[in-house]
Amino acid sequence: MRPFDYARADTTSDAATRAAAGATFLAGGTNLLDLMKLEVMAPEALVDVTRLDLHEVEATDESGLRIGALVTNSDLANHATVRAHYPVLSRALLSGATVQLRNKATTGGNLLQRTRCPYFYDTAAACNKRDPGTGCAAMEGRNRILAVLGASDHCIATHPSDMAVAMRALGARVVTEGPDGGRELDLGDLYRLPGDTPNIETVLSDGELITAVILPPPPAGAQSYVKVRDRASYAFALVSVAGVVAVEDGRITSANLAFGGLAPMPWRNEAVETALIGKAPSTETFDAAADILLADAKGHGDNDFKIPLARRTLRRALRELCERAA
Amino acid sequence: MDDTPRNADFDVALTMDAAQPPVLDRTVQGLLGTAMDRPDGPLKVTGTARYAAEALPENLVTGFLVRATITKGRVIGMKAEAVEAMPGVIRVMTGHPLLRNPAQGQAHQAPEQILPKVDYFGQPVALVVAETFEQARHAAQALVVTYEEEVAEVDPNAASQVDKPKASQLDQGDLEGAMRSSPVAIDTTYTTAPHSSAPMEPHASIAEWVDGRLQLRGSYQMLKHNVAELADSLGVDEARVRIHAPYVGGGFGSKLGIAPEAVAAAHAARELGRPVRVVMARDQVFEMTMRRTETTQRMRLACDADGLMTALAHEDRVSNLPGEAFSEPTAQGTHFLYGGANRRFTHEVARIHRPCAGSVRAPGEAVGMIALECAMDELAEAADIDPVELRIRNIPDTTPEGGQPYSERALERCLREGAERFGWSQRRGMAERLEGDWWVGMGVAAAVRTNMMEESIARVTLRPDGTALCETDMTDIGTGSYAILTQIVGEMLGLPREKVEVQIGDSDLPKSSGSGGSFGAQSCGSAVFLACQGVRKHLAERMEVAPDDLTLRDGRATGGNRQVALTDLVEAPMSAEGHVKPGETEDNFSIAGYGAHFAEVGVHRDTGEVRVHRMLGVFSIGRVLNMKTATSQCHGGMIWGIGSALTEEIMHDPRDGRIVNHNLAEYHIPVSLDVPQLDAMLLEDTRDDQANPIQAKGIGELGISGAAAAVGNAIRNACGVRVRDFPATPDKIFPHLPDVT
Amino acid sequence: MDVTITVNGTERKLELDPRVTLLDALRHELGLTGTKKGCDHGQCGACTILVNGRRINSCLALAASHDGDEITTIEGLGTPENMHPLQTAFVTHDGYQCGYCTPGQIMSAEAMLREAAEGWPSYVSKTLDADPTLTDEEIAERMSGNLCRCSAYPRIREAIAAVRDARNATKEAAE
Repeated sequence: MRPFDYARADTTSDAATRAAAGATFLAGGTNLLDLMKLEVMAPEALVDVTRLDLHEVEATDESGLRIGALVTNSDLANHATVRAHYPVLSRALLSGATVQLRNKATTGGNLLQRTRCPYFYDTAAACNKRDPGTGCAAMEGRNRILAVLGASDHCIATHPSDMAVAMRALGARVVTEGPDGGRELDLGDLYRLPGDTPNIETVLSDGELITAVILPPPPAGAQSYVKVRDRASYAFALVSVAGVVAVEDGRITSANLAFGGLAPMPWRNEAVETALIGKAPSTETFDAAADILLADAKGHGDNDFKIPLARRTLRRALRELCERAA
Repeated sequence: MDDTPRNADFDVALTMDAAQPPVLDRTVQGLLGTAMDRPDGPLKVTGTARYAAEALPENLVTGFLVRATITKGRVIGMKAEAVEAMPGVIRVMTGHPLLRNPAQGQAHQAPEQILPKVDYFGQPVALVVAETFEQARHAAQALVVTYEEEVAEVDPNAASQVDKPKASQLDQGDLEGAMRSSPVAIDTTYTTAPHSSAPMEPHASIAEWVDGRLQLRGSYQMLKHNVAELADSLGVDEARVRIHAPYVGGGFGSKLGIAPEAVAAAHAARELGRPVRVVMARDQVFEMTMRRTETTQRMRLACDADGLMTALAHEDRVSNLPGEAFSEPTAQGTHFLYGGANRRFTHEVARIHRPCAGSVRAPGEAVGMIALECAMDELAEAADIDPVELRIRNIPDTTPEGGQPYSERALERCLREGAERFGWSQRRGMAERLEGDWWVGMGVAAAVRTNMMEESIARVTLRPDGTALCETDMTDIGTGSYAILTQIVGEMLGLPREKVEVQIGDSDLPKSSGSGGSFGAQSCGSAVFLACQGVRKHLAERMEVAPDDLTLRDGRATGGNRQVALTDLVEAPMSAEGHVKPGETEDNFSIAGYGAHFAEVGVHRDTGEVRVHRMLGVFSIGRVLNMKTATSQCHGGMIWGIGSALTEEIMHDPRDGRIVNHNLAEYHIPVSLDVPQLDAMLLEDTRDDQANPIQAKGIGELGISGAAAAVGNAIRNACGVRVRDFPATPDKIFPHLPDVT
Repeated sequence: MDVTITVNGTERKLELDPRVTLLDALRHELGLTGTKKGCDHGQCGACTILVNGRRINSCLALAASHDGDEITTIEGLGTPENMHPLQTAFVTHDGYQCGYCTPGQIMSAEAMLREAAEGWPSYVSKTLDADPTLTDEEIAERMSGNLCRCSAYPRIREAIAAVRDARNATKEAAE
């Protein structure tokens, strides 16, 4: 871990100013410190934002929920409104990491966590995300946990969050504050696909701080988060599906679906959802949706299995959701 | 160390040349065998037990190891000056005497010291010492090392150098003929992934030279060998090395031999004249200590219409670095578990440049039994015979290769009692039991683990205050040494547990076997037992009775019509050494621990995820020394079985052999949720008189041997998928799952 | 930099490199080695402590960031002569082997029992609507952040269940 200057921010604007001058935000630190110890990340300055007043979960005027960026993963998963009306989010959070980590990890930090790609983590490996232009050792390496959708020839990293997958399915929006003022954007627009600049993961500008996540009113239908992983707990997703599905008179009337473990960002493809609307739940219906989801999927050897596994996981999630929604 | 000459009149030595009488069945204290709590427990649960890295001697500095970032070649440059100019940095050390990899178990000499040569990705190439941990870690990361790289082979299947150790090849009878002529024959190949011991305590040492003698607080399993290895590595006399290891945070084989951090710390402390602490970072534990090799195992089995085996072949390939004597004895248990006149064993060691391979819990059986016991399941299926029954029918009368008799062997009983207890009769046909979204099925496997007893010395002193002191350089790596040695002394000398003090984990104490190969409790325990016999003889003399006529209980000696308190009988400390050595019984008998594993699993109908619902292990190991700690050992082994069946796999990069998942997030040891409540049952009435004078065999490794196969066989029964490449992660299962109609 | 933390009820003033984690501050600066370092990356749970009453991995926490916080470590729970009920239960049930992960297990268990009493759900909770019942499976999931390579899991859960039952009995008696 490289030496760094440490400062604690008293206000959001103070934090933004320091970050604009080059400091890295420190919130829960569960991923940042992990990476700093390996010098995968080596900021010269940290600005500690943990004491900023961003710890509240509040109802919005639109009957949605505003989640402060520093609300811990535990507090969010346990929140009465989230449990009652956004169970997919609660479940996704509870499926991620451990209580110890969720007690420290924050909402904003979770959205911005870095990939678990082993070559990104190994400073002695080529990685375009860590060291642009060095190549991608994962492409022909051990890429079991890496992406089959949305990747590029330069990077096949996956985004490891569970929480963000559920939020994507719920149509969450992200609120930021920066030196040039604040903005609100769709969670899907926060992320950038790797293309030829995998080192740039979001649209956030220097000094721009996520201050809140806004959930729209709870959607109709059944909600679930299905996560497939290599051990029963304390493991990242191979494939996960966050789903909200409504069924009326034997027909699917609405479907919101997002996917984890498959792509460099929490993945959503509205064509998959459209294909389900008006259909009677059946394996054929589910597989048709999977066909759309996976039309452009590309494996790299070790991770080829994720393509059929995604189909099966979607099948399982939709079967369960439709049974419960009916 | 006390240098006063001691009276050796009552020392007792025994070479195991003949069966031993069950003395411990005639003692009356009633302490041995009970589920006594560990005496070290209160220290462990309160955080007061001090492990290797947990001292703060004055002037302590920290060293951090630097790893090679090439697979093969040599270090040609190191920008040490730049790093030594950084704040707090004291010295960069490289070259001799740094180790390439740890010593193999019982090596008793220095392992390879090859710098500036590099033989694998992750090999230690330097130690950076600084005033603080933070400074040392950053300096180690900042150190620029340049290399001259050579082409390296890293794929065991494509290796150009493949050794075939002569002693490990066997061709008996006519295997091919038997395979052809038998009505049932299978030819099947299994592969297992490399494993990491991954003890929770990383390898750690604090080295300090006091008056020219090295005091090393280390985390090691076998101190007498570790002293020799450390001294040889440093080029000093053994008398100048002392190792303290009172608590060891898990070993599982990875702390059998001296490891790079100890030698680096000792060397740096000598050069700098200050105490030096070196703790491996977790990724270094993966890279710089022993891994269990990957294996490829071809199994050929045949039987007649009644299920009697006619052919058995176990042919395997493992790997290791060039120059390493160890190779995973994959087929060790296969040689004597089942009959079959026509037999073949071949064993190949591919020389490749992956991190060093060595002993990991139950080397041999842990992975060899996966192939053997899954293949037995395949044979049972092909022969249409119940898998429990097939195994029982093939238990040989004498060893199928040497014709030796077996010592205590309750395999059939373990299988039968286990089947009854588990409800084996409720097992259904393949893929016949769908519960909700889960296919449910049962599997069985036999357990066997070769038994070893090693030379061991211990000293027991009965003191005038009626307490006893037991001294040996034995270690407690979680196995329960403190507990069982307390119990043996208490049982033999008629003392309650609180009157017995056990001092271990110090290389200056009498030299024991150390912990490894499941031989620790029986070897060291036998030495302690013999020392106690010496003390009893002394007491008998004082009582003027024959030793056999002496009864010791609750601090009182009874014999010759009188009863005397030990505090009145013992005027000066009575001390005796016990010394046990293996002898002819291990050549004349096949001595092993046996058992049976039963598992019930669920396999998800869509995703192929596996969950173990229930698991039973029934084991026979001769005398059980402590029911509580022995059962915990069984649990540990069974859960390692679950790990090797379902989750554990070191992933090597195919190009440079580096360990890609060198962390505990992606090397998946089982977590609590992977493990159901287990049923582990130890037969309490068995004794092995041929094994040693306490009639006890090893238990630390038996629990893993065969456990993974029971899980694999249960997967087959549940959903019809036969996994032949372990671990059985979802991707190996879901493509083959049956459709649910 | 100057950092003040309260450890097991005692205020400790430290002058630290900003890089020092809570874990290393405890082990290297304060000599409180009951809190263990297993992986240093939040992947094993051996370093679990309570900060302001909640369990965290102390390896992934900068001491500087916890200036002013209340910290409880295993040393603050009990002593060999006066053990906390969980410590006693771990000894009785043999809920450990090598002992290295044990302080983390016990700190985690103490926090877990409080979380359950506060109604926190888990990944295996059948419903999010009601307060959870601490079944063996619930304990297993909630303790899955604490690896034990000796694999004492079954008995760790038995030990915790014993304390759960004792607390429930006390609660019922009080009601």
